[in-house]
Amino acid sequence: MNLDANIPEGPIEQKWTNAKFKYKLVNPANKRKYSVIVVGSGLAGAGAAATLGELGYNVKCFCYQDSPRRAHSIAAQGGINAAKNYQNDGDSIFRLFYDTVKGGDFRSREANVYRLAEVSNNIIDQCVAQGVPFAREYGGMLDNRSFGGAQVSRTFYARGQTGQQLLLGAYHSLSRQIGLGQVKMYNRHEMLDVVLIDGVAKGIITRNLVTGKIDRWAADAVVLATGGYSTVFFLSTNAAGCNVTAAWRAHRRGAGFANPCYTQIHPTCIPQEGEHQSKLTLMSESLRNDGRVWVPKSKDVAKKVRLGEMKPSDVAEEDRDYYLERKYPSFGNLAPRDISSRAAKEACDDGRGVAPTGFGVFLDFADAINRLGKHVIEERYGNLFDMYENITGVNAYEQPMQIYPAPHYTMGGLWVDYNLMTSIPGLFAAGECNFSDHGANRLGASALMQGLADGYFVVPYAVGNYLGSEVPIGKAGKIDINDPAFAEAEDAVRSKIDKMLSIKGHSSPRSIHIELGKIMINHCGMARDADGLKEAISMIRDLRQRFWKDLKLPGSSHELNIELERAGRVADHLEFAELMCYDALDRDESCGGHFRVEHQTEEGEATRDDENFSHVSVWEFKGLDQPPQKHAEPLVFDYVKPGVRSYK
Amino acid sequence: MSERNISITLKVWRQKDADSAGAFETYRMESVSTSSSFLEMLDLLNEQLIEEDKDPIAFDHDCREGICGMCSLVINGIPHGKNKLQTTCQLHMRSFRDGDTITIEPYRSKPFPVTRDLVVDRTPMDTIMQAGGYVTQRIGAAQDANALPISKELADKAMDAAACIGCGACVAVCPNASAMLFTSAKVSQLNMLPQGKPEKDRRALRMVGAMDAAGFGNCTNIGECEAACPKGISLDFIARMNRDYAVASVKQFLGMVGSV
Ligand code: FES
Repeated sequence: MNLDANIPEGPIEQKWTNAKFKYKLVNPANKRKYSVIVVGSGLAGAGAAATLGELGYNVKCFCYQDSPRRAHSIAAQGGINAAKNYQNDGDSIFRLFYDTVKGGDFRSREANVYRLAEVSNNIIDQCVAQGVPFAREYGGMLDNRSFGGAQVSRTFYARGQTGQQLLLGAYHSLSRQIGLGQVKMYNRHEMLDVVLIDGVAKGIITRNLVTGKIDRWAADAVVLATGGYSTVFFLSTNAAGCNVTAAWRAHRRGAGFANPCYTQIHPTCIPQEGEHQSKLTLMSESLRNDGRVWVPKSKDVAKKVRLGEMKPSDVAEEDRDYYLERKYPSFGNLAPRDISSRAAKEACDDGRGVAPTGFGVFLDFADAINRLGKHVIEERYGNLFDMYENITGVNAYEQPMQIYPAPHYTMGGLWVDYNLMTSIPGLFAAGECNFSDHGANRLGASALMQGLADGYFVVPYAVGNYLGSEVPIGKAGKIDINDPAFAEAEDAVRSKIDKMLSIKGHSSPRSIHIELGKIMINHCGMARDADGLKEAISMIRDLRQRFWKDLKLPGSSHELNIELERAGRVADHLEFAELMCYDALDRDESCGGHFRVEHQTEEGEATRDDENFSHVSVWEFKGLDQPPQKHAEPLVFDYVKPGVRSYK
Repeated sequence: MSERNISITLKVWRQKDADSAGAFETYRMESVSTSSSFLEMLDLLNEQLIEEDKDPIAFDHDCREGICGMCSLVINGIPHGKNKLQTTCQLHMRSFRDGDTITIEPYRSKPFPVTRDLVVDRTPMDTIMQAGGYVTQRIGAAQDANALPISKELADKAMDAAACIGCGACVAVCPNASAMLFTSAKVSQLNMLPQGKPEKDRRALRMVGAMDAAGFGNCTNIGECEAACPKGISLDFIARMNRDYAVASVKQFLGMVGSV
């Protein structure tokens, strides 16, 4: 597997400029002869499709929802980081770069992260030009708020709906290109395989979710922007339809999968409370700007609170443990996500949790309301408080919120080089579905930044360079869908579908997904150990066998069949989950969101092993009956010295 | 949180595909937790149907937190159900009582044909957006964001309009199947901001034109749309768009607007 990261020459602040200068250009008149497929219409996908279309390429964009505007980027609430230094608080591109590398626990690639910080400022300019209604100060300038893991205020926001507004901005640009005929949009189409001709990505296979029709699509380059894999846990903050299928299918075709064990369990979600639940709801991290996290100091008091014998507001100040403020005085309630989540788990494992299940901590606004007035809190977070009340039936202006960590974002993903190309030539991965920028932990407000950086500013250049240098103009747009490679991929897709429909067993896809989720959260969730991971691998194998023996699917393949869709995604999760556990087992250290209980300090902080694990683990698929093969891309730190990541 | 279990009867519209006739089917559900969401209740019903070798009910959903706009459903005659400012996925079973009968139908509007059961095709709304729901500017060529001060009041007002999730409830509830609330929210957001001003007239003409061409009906000021909107988009935006449209039409007549 070729894992040359292709990092450009020069000092870090020159690399992106140098790369762009060296990139081959495609003559404007020739661009329309090249065809590019973009799968996914979130920030990265819509951004890339719109930009490539605007540049003149012939673009096809696919999404499984009924409209590109539904992609799950839309649900991001809190904000987007940029190194504008509009607050004059000492921010800079280098500081954003530094914070992100440190926040990722020194497990990301410096050059990629620097580029991310560098283009962050262009993103804000771009979004404002599109008409994104960011929050403003009275003087008309853009407003900022603070997010976890940073001591400067660099987060731009649009009420509690930043992701929505950024996605709609990208959707505006995409819509314009669709209207102009530059981009052809295929809604309700799910990508089920990528097609390689002579080892190079040349197309995809999709299923039309309304008619069941299987189609072949050819292109000179394929961009996957298909999001993360948190639904492997079944219960997560992701949308119901999010899945690993596109990335996994690419992996099975030869794309390396990097760091699958790096998953982010987000600290501020509404605690789970019943078996009927289909998802967990995130409460924006921005709430930690004004909310204080605590549990009772004693188990007895916690128990009384749990049983409803004592109101939270009646717990005396001296009986409360504001554990984040206590343990991390300089960052306090804004400690990074992995650290906050673990601290919550620790408090609950200690018997001091406050939700009925014992798994919940308080996020309390009483102080902020006293200090600032209810109207200020209402203006800042009104919609979040409403959302909380709607789901739990509790008014958080009067009683503290209850929160608990939930699977949210996945830092791992398809391995890509500096140019966002996977180990399959011609196949690119952008946004959450690649691994490149967040290391072992993502800081708040950085996902939107990465999605748009990749979509607007990196993919369009990098794809152009690939086409200009690797696909001669005489061959542009000339891929034949009758090539045997397309037939083979289509057959594989069809036979998997037919096989699933023919089992006629007793287990519904949802019931198996729920079981998988339990295995994953218990053994590969916030705390992992070698024995548990080994056990998980064998449980996953058993469950996968059961799936292929006992699956029960209604209906046929020639119709809108929601259970068939679900089953296909669960089938891929059942394969992917095993890889995730392998990676977690192999990474015999704790770093960021990956916490191996064998590796912690006396105070329960993660201990990294830079000597042995300062690398990206890139996995190669070897067939389901064989363990995957590991390759390593060493991480070199020239600008940020890996140190103990302290937020004390 | 005093949650409990209730039993309910559901009357659900079933329709095999766009060309088939549909009919209501009745289902009974015992012990549904009032803390579960409406869509979780449907998940459980579907599990029950699979168990009984019946076809599960197709319905649209994705984020399940009220922001993507993918869920729809007409619940007891009202798009997204009776609670104000909520999408179907935000509706919880604690809004129902033990013994209730709940009717669930797809949106029924001519521009939104039924695809299957409760799933409808809302792509005509995308078509309206493609006609002018954007600011024409080149990606990557923007000036510094703070070079264009915008008052907080204006930014807030634009945000009010931009909050639309494109779910189509406004169309579904309107006796005329008008998409005025949806269209006006986008026209208003962009037309009121300085970034969108240069193509204000073209935008109003083109988006209204696309709306009419897609088969949406006229607005006769009934106001049901505002009441049904899960995001509280105000009718004022319709008035605003009408003004923009009238001005643009006059300018077009006078030859002051380029080809639309
Ligand atoms: S499912 Fe996204 S708004 Fe209801």
